[in-house]
Amino acid sequence: MNETYVAQLERVTKRYGPVMALDAVTLRVRAGEVLAVLGPNGAGKTTAVSTLLGLLRPDEGAASLFGTSPDDVAAKVRVGAMLQISGVPPTLTVREHLESFAAYYPRPLRVDDAIAIAGLEQVARRPYGKLSGGQKQRLHFALAMIGDPDLLFLDEPTTGLDVESRRDFWRQVRSFIGDGRTVVLTTHYLEEADALADRIVLLDEGRLIAEGTPAEIKARTAGKVVRAVTSLDPARLAALPGVNRVELVGAATELLTTDAEETVRELLAADRGLTGLEVTGASLEEAFLVITGGRHEAAAAYTEGVPA
Amino acid sequence: MTSATITAQTAAARPRRNVLRLVLTETKFEFLKLLRLPVYSVATLAFPLMFYLLFGSFYGNLEAQGVLASRYMVATFGAAGVLSAALFSFGVGVASERGQGWMRLKRVSPMPPIAYFLAKIGMALLFGALVVVVITAAAFLMHGVRIALLDWLSLLGVLLLGVLPFGALGLAIGYLFGPNSAPVVLNLLYMPMAFASGLWMPITVLPPVVQSVAPYLPTYHYAQLALGTVGATPLGDATRHALVLAGFAAVFLVVAVAAYKRDEGKTYG
Repeated sequence: MNETYVAQLERVTKRYGPVMALDAVTLRVRAGEVLAVLGPNGAGKTTAVSTLLGLLRPDEGAASLFGTSPDDVAAKVRVGAMLQISGVPPTLTVREHLESFAAYYPRPLRVDDAIAIAGLEQVARRPYGKLSGGQKQRLHFALAMIGDPDLLFLDEPTTGLDVESRRDFWRQVRSFIGDGRTVVLTTHYLEEADALADRIVLLDEGRLIAEGTPAEIKARTAGKVVRAVTSLDPARLAALPGVNRVELVGAATELLTTDAEETVRELLAADRGLTGLEVTGASLEEAFLVITGGRHEAAAAYTEGVPA
Repeated sequence: MTSATITAQTAAARPRRNVLRLVLTETKFEFLKLLRLPVYSVATLAFPLMFYLLFGSFYGNLEAQGVLASRYMVATFGAAGVLSAALFSFGVGVASERGQGWMRLKRVSPMPPIAYFLAKIGMALLFGALVVVVITAAAFLMHGVRIALLDWLSLLGVLLLGVLPFGALGLAIGYLFGPNSAPVVLNLLYMPMAFASGLWMPITVLPPVVQSVAPYLPTYHYAQLALGTVGATPLGDATRHALVLAGFAAVFLVVAVAAYKRDEGKTYG
């Protein structure tokens, strides 16, 4: 076992009946990095994290934490996790929840510090059931931090939060992960991976399909966005060479393409009346669509009248 | 936030994890959690007391199994109280904590699983003891029922032993049913069992058909054991009641452990 990897999945396969949640996934988390596991809903992100945490046993392959089994207490005391949970008992206060979890760890943070980190000073004596959504999420974060973990798991930490609370949360995470902590973050928000991660792995339908820094992921696709006002119907546009996705944006149409030159050549040939042509580099979000083959936009595109 | 300060403070104070203290902390919060949950604390503490006062005023002067019903019902409502404390704290607690995902958070943490169960047992014992004290006091104040200290202690002992079989039954239901159905299932078990075993009204005043079903219920044997400690003439042999109850406890424990294992291996999205 290589000590530089604090957590790893080695060719892990996990099936739920006929569904392949993880398909021979190898994932190695390096000490000190912030790794984002990115993918659409159902890609297997939570299954991957649950396996790393010992909540699920892989059908094939092996999971390890700090070179030992995820069930090992020696590993557990070094890990904190913010999982997708609907709540903790509503009648206990913020402080009481933190005190109870602090007792599980050999070297916990002071409860007051955890409260301060999560920005919960004003509501420390409030029962969990009376907290706002954002405050609850912050307590879940504080519960993950209370053991002063070397490795922090954040499983879709900002799902259900508004944009403002999401940004606040990112700020909190960033301020706290600077000091040598390793973080594994799962998210389906590309913006979140971009804001927090040093490295991104892309999961899609249980398979690891790409891996790299946010910049590398963007570059890897060589994807471009071609924007123009055209009279061609979406089905015709989708059939142009290289085009992965067609989206109507106001009066204009955006084509996500892997071969901008060829797309533009055919586009201009097909529509003599075309105006407002623009070609730009793809964002992380668009890169993601290219890598996954645009499958996950099918439903959305269909509602706009584009055959998937 | 200044993470530098925090690191310094943690490095300075490095307390060792103490499992016993951990169990006590866990029990304390388990107790606070339930005490503040009226659904639980009222049902466990207030209902048996209320029913004792109510039925005591109707039937208190009747005789049942050789003692006045006011005395008889100290044992049976004590039994009902411990039964509900054990069934519901384990059953509803486990089902809802599993449903919320709180259990997963605990499983990921280094908490020894035994601490969770010991805390729940400790809490059921505590609520059970409280119920018995409250009903004993009510019996003395309302009906002048006096129970010798040694008898009372053996009553308390017998009643608290009920935490084992009924806690295990609650646990099994908590693991087998979801957070919404578990309370319903528990009530469907609790109410008919309590009634038919003579926990609410002396079994001798119940219709013969109910009396003939009672011996098949663990609660009947439990109640008869408790009644023996307050001077009532038990129906049947005490050793046999104890053995039957132990048998039920073993079965419930096996089911609870199987349900727990099944849940451990269960898939979470």
